[in-house]
Amino acid sequence: MPIDATLVGREFPPTAPYEVTQVKVREFAEAIGASHVDGVVPPTFPIVVAFAAMNDFLDDVQADLFRIVHGEQRFAYERPVRVGDVLTATLVVDSLRQIGGNDIIGTTSLITAADGAVVCRTKSTLIHRSEA
Amino acid sequence: MTELAPQQFTVTRADLVRYAGASGDFNPIHWSDRVATSVGLPGVIAHGMLTLALAGRAVEQWAGGPDRIVEFGAKFTKPVVVPDDDDGVVVTVAGQVSAEGEGTRTISVKVTCDEVAVLGAMKAVVRA
Repeated sequence: MPIDATLVGREFPPTAPYEVTQVKVREFAEAIGASHVDGVVPPTFPIVVAFAAMNDFLDDVQADLFRIVHGEQRFAYERPVRVGDVLTATLVVDSLRQIGGNDIIGTTSLITAADGAVVCRTKSTLIHRSEA
Repeated sequence: MTELAPQQFTVTRADLVRYAGASGDFNPIHWSDRVATSVGLPGVIAHGMLTLALAGRAVEQWAGGPDRIVEFGAKFTKPVVVPDDDDGVVVTVAGQVSAEGEGTRTISVKVTCDEVAVLGAMKAVVRA
């Protein structure tokens, strides 16, 4: 089932506020094999918040997660994520095209701190594989 | 162009389980061969974001810390297939400084698995 083309330009509601804790950062750092240093957050950590926004989006369009393959991910940081930040992600659908029966979905998520300041912008391309 | 010291990382099935839990990405293509092959993949593949995180460890080291990274990202061009054995696969991250700007340097990063590029168009902009 192709994804509805009228989604392009749509902004989804912000994700539930996510508190960055030392325990979670340590767990993430250890999962990528990094030696954890207190107060240092790995550069790909914002994906935890961005992924929550992607899950909300995929639920909304009724796409099966197992049909999704990640095509691209880019981050631009305004400042590093810090322990104690309370972050939300707001996802916008930038583009949608079909190639060989697969949907190629381009999104941008703006990750903001509790004071509204932008911490990071992250662009994601998701490939929704067709039910061949 | 300054070559940066390449780094290697091993990825096993256990690493994928651990990354799924830590990141919240429970897509079954990263832990079930049955589901992965049903959508046309050769088998369980690593999370693209895990491969990117490993590349990030190399970039962090080259840059002198994660807070020096301004921009960072890649395309996931080839899946990293992780076999169900104790050895896993080895991901190699190589980089070179491709541009020097005002207070920043751009690092072009090549990430390979068995000498095949798995990430594409990967670059990092870091504070000099």
